[in-house]
Amino acid sequence: MLGDYTPDQLLSIFAMQGFAGLILFSVFVLMALGLAIIFGQMGVINMAHGEFMILGAYTTFLTSKLFALYLPALFPIYFFVAMILAFIAAGALGMLVEWALIRHLYRRPLDTLLATWGLSLILQQTYRSVFGAREVGVELPQWTMGAVSLTDTIEVPINGIFVMVLTLLITAAVGLLMYRSGWGRKVRAVVQNRTMAGAVGIDTEKVDRMTFGIGCGIAGVAGSAFTMIGSTGPTSGQLYIVDTFLVVVFGGAQSLLGTIASAFTISQTRSTLEFFTSGSMAQVVTLLGVVIILMLRPQGLFALKVRR
Amino acid sequence: MSRDHDDPISSPLRRKLLQALAAVPAAGALGTGTLGLAASRALAATSPTSGVNTTGLAVTDDTVTVGILHSVTGTMAISETGSVEAEKLAIEQINAQGGVLGRKILTIQEDGQSDWPTFAEKARKLLVDDHCAAVFGCWTSASRKAVLPVFEQYNGMLYYPTFYEGLEQSKNVIYTGQEATQQILAGLNWVQDEKKAKSFYLLGSDYIWPRTSNKIARKHIENVLHGKVVGEEYFPLGHTQFNSVINKIKLTKPDVIYAIVVGGSNVAFYKQLKAAGIDLSKQTLMTISVTEDEILGIGGENIAGAYACMKYFESLKNPNNEKFVPAFQAKYGKDAVIGDVTQAAYLGPWLWKLTCEKAGSFDIDKIAAASPGIEFKGAPEGYVRIHENHHLWSKTRVGRARPDGQYDVVYETADLMEPNPFPKGYQ
Amino acid sequence: MPSAPAPATGPAASPAARDESTLFDTKEWLAFALVAAVILVVFPLCLDAFRLNLVGKYLTYAYVALGLVLCWGFGGILSLGQGVFFGLGGYCIAMFLKLEASSAANTKIQSTPGIPDFMDWNQITALPWMWQPFHSLPFALLAVVLVPVLVAFVIGAAMFKRRVGGVYFAIITQAVAAIATILIVGQQGYTGGINGITDLRTLHGWDIRQDGAKEMLYFVNAGLLIGCILLAQFVKRSKFGRILVAMRGKEDRVRFSGYNVANFKIFVFCLAAAFAAVGGAMFTLQVGFMSPSFVGIVPSIEMVIYAAVGGRTSIFGAIWGTLLVNYAKTSLSESFPQLWLFGLGALYIGVVMLFPDGLAGLWNSHAQPTLDRLLGRRPTPAVQGPASGATQPATLPPQTAAE
Repeated sequence: MLGDYTPDQLLSIFAMQGFAGLILFSVFVLMALGLAIIFGQMGVINMAHGEFMILGAYTTFLTSKLFALYLPALFPIYFFVAMILAFIAAGALGMLVEWALIRHLYRRPLDTLLATWGLSLILQQTYRSVFGAREVGVELPQWTMGAVSLTDTIEVPINGIFVMVLTLLITAAVGLLMYRSGWGRKVRAVVQNRTMAGAVGIDTEKVDRMTFGIGCGIAGVAGSAFTMIGSTGPTSGQLYIVDTFLVVVFGGAQSLLGTIASAFTISQTRSTLEFFTSGSMAQVVTLLGVVIILMLRPQGLFALKVRR
Repeated sequence: MSRDHDDPISSPLRRKLLQALAAVPAAGALGTGTLGLAASRALAATSPTSGVNTTGLAVTDDTVTVGILHSVTGTMAISETGSVEAEKLAIEQINAQGGVLGRKILTIQEDGQSDWPTFAEKARKLLVDDHCAAVFGCWTSASRKAVLPVFEQYNGMLYYPTFYEGLEQSKNVIYTGQEATQQILAGLNWVQDEKKAKSFYLLGSDYIWPRTSNKIARKHIENVLHGKVVGEEYFPLGHTQFNSVINKIKLTKPDVIYAIVVGGSNVAFYKQLKAAGIDLSKQTLMTISVTEDEILGIGGENIAGAYACMKYFESLKNPNNEKFVPAFQAKYGKDAVIGDVTQAAYLGPWLWKLTCEKAGSFDIDKIAAASPGIEFKGAPEGYVRIHENHHLWSKTRVGRARPDGQYDVVYETADLMEPNPFPKGYQ
Repeated sequence: MPSAPAPATGPAASPAARDESTLFDTKEWLAFALVAAVILVVFPLCLDAFRLNLVGKYLTYAYVALGLVLCWGFGGILSLGQGVFFGLGGYCIAMFLKLEASSAANTKIQSTPGIPDFMDWNQITALPWMWQPFHSLPFALLAVVLVPVLVAFVIGAAMFKRRVGGVYFAIITQAVAAIATILIVGQQGYTGGINGITDLRTLHGWDIRQDGAKEMLYFVNAGLLIGCILLAQFVKRSKFGRILVAMRGKEDRVRFSGYNVANFKIFVFCLAAAFAAVGGAMFTLQVGFMSPSFVGIVPSIEMVIYAAVGGRTSIFGAIWGTLLVNYAKTSLSESFPQLWLFGLGALYIGVVMLFPDGLAGLWNSHAQPTLDRLLGRRPTPAVQGPASGATQPATLPPQTAAE
């Protein structure tokens, strides 16, 4: 299989596949970070996570339309505004959902799964009614197009680099927020011992709502970034949900580092397999591998505990 | 299951149709115009119901009932809506010309809900309960496969509009779209002549139509064109990460990328292709799965320069199409786009009408027998004719995508392509 | 299928009977009689052949819901992959039927006669080995139950032995459903791909497409379902059922009492898989084909709502829940397509937030006291926990009044 290529080509293959894997990795991390916070920290199964992402994507779509109409001069930078709006929109909806649904269900994780699935159906239909059943094309600023040539054979798409940088920034921000800020301390305190945290004066309800909101907000940003590489339709979000959950579970649900490591492992495996086999097989083999490893090592890569 | 259909006014669809009927000028006439009107009046006078309907179909002295069976809800609704619209337009125009054998066409529309058992159930209802004289419907292969046994068992007549993988032929189905060889071979010949293409990269979504089509393409490339297939790859439906295959394409540098990606994956594929710096004005890409409908989602700027190979493009220049497009857009809005399948769906009612008139009867067996040889000169795509195998003789065309979402027709075959659902040497 | 044990007790049994030796107490007996009467008598009498077939299709989903009541309601194990078992059962019988339909005479236009048409299109020239045994009906019938049970056993053993449960189990079963769909669609030469296995005609020469056959199949289906209900009821009333409920509440305590919790979980998961598989097989027989669209994530989660609407701990509720949701789906999605998804979404949320015990809960809290009063009985003590059994829906599902 490798024999078909010259050494030069092989080098380019590995370099470009490495980048392709990194882009996939960024996508996984962006998808999984929000979920890792919501699922890992709060124990809530948010099946509507994909729909929060799509909300971000639709926000980006609307922003691009508004900029094209009223601020054409600023169109090249609309994307940054869109991402902030996406964060706010998804985060606000997240807090609303937490208030209306999730807070009643903290002791019934399986029921949050069903309730959020219902929510995802409602959101999907809402998108369909508002934006139409067809995928919408988000027009991108010109600078996001094209590729950077490193050598003759090695080219890296600009939007891939953009997504990677974005991932890095968001991950760093989430890391700081969780482990270096007062709020992060509160979140971790609530997760570890809700009663005790309440007893020392932490407003646990508020912390929960903020945590859920921020998780959803990150999903919104992810969705915004995805308009660069994927499609935006009412049901696009559903496609991501299995992958995302597997990434989080595989990493060990409570560890952000684990989520990142597992996203890296899964994305590189899949991207490499995709090159040497085919798209369908790569996906099956990767999913199967993850499931089998999870059966052998249910706590995931970096977990604290899963066994009861 | 709803009882709507028994009451013509209670159904919103029916009401809309009736309003539209009243609004349409009687001269929305395609095809034979007043001559046809006179002819069908004459026929009606000489064709009492007992004569044209010996098998208990829903035919009265002045009406005949047909069914429309598409998904208007669920994931397939996006694609199938255009077909429903085209079929209704055709029926409306036929009625404006005096109907079929002097009888107005009434329609019963059922929703397949993008769910294959539902298609089978509804097909059965249309045939068994409603005694439809013909059914226009289905879109995906899976839905057609689900209803086919029903049509064969209850002896119904289905007009199926989608281009599809072939490998099927039934007395009870008229395939108004192209089967795979019609759609593929001429395009490959053209691309070899025009682009001096030697190497091809085949890719597609992972299901029967792309796989069968690519199989035919590969055989043709290797055995007839003596070119080389440098890669062949499939992705699950809904897949959105194409960077790996794009890298492979960059490495193998094929002369032609032959893409049969469908649905939401399309959007991701063309966006990532563009982002990866593959410029479709320099790299030849040929697709058989992207109609004007799909471009709406992909975004014209992402696919501009790609070649599509099918039988109809909205921008086609001929007198029939110049009447059809405005009529369609007058009814469904000026932004409505018409893809290949929509046009093929439009052919169904017309072909059925012409067949009924030739057979002088609505009986399914007579229609099936009379179908071969039926010519429709008013087709927006130009002249078509029904083959012995119930597929259509039709031309194949290559279009080049423009940034505004339309295609420029750059090539059309001189002759009609013969439909060949079981192509020897390609299996 | 295990033969259905005859109900061991009649209406004459004492109302207070909570005797372990009997299969039903009085209220359960009534609920059972109602289900049996509606399925076996009311539907066949009131519905035409077309609608009866439709109800038959709904009832095949009820098997899945029944399995979910056992494993989710009683055992606390939520599987989001029941569609896989439904599909496996359906595919097993479809393979047999397809082979029978692909006789050399029927397929003489193919390049390789005698194999299913879709294989011929995929350049497969000989029947693959895993298809060979499906020439035999007994083998196919065994496979309908055994293949899914085996898969369930492997998944269950791997997960439960390592004490993985709850949410993690749900997510992994969901991944299994995703894998199964991609595999079935991708291996179209062996599975028929996305089109599924279609054009099934006869079962040992008996044409299953005829109206008479469909009616017959309806009764077979209904009979099997009642058998499964009895089996589920038997499990529930047995010591095993009580251990399951105990496990759901305090797994550790059960474990410390010396029970091997994992084995019980594996068993109930396998049982649920077997129910789903029988449902899948009956689906194939009644609908005439099987396709991967019943295997994936979305149908699998949709099947959970049937059990949830009926009341997740109610065996009879599962049947009513399935019928009600499907009836609503059929009628609503026809007249108000947009509304349906909103309605379904609201149903998931409502059943979790407002009526966690579903129809069964509503019946117990509203209809039952009134009924008791009307019958002059003393109200039953309100000690019935969530796992209590007797259930009837507040209203008859509208199918009975459909025509």
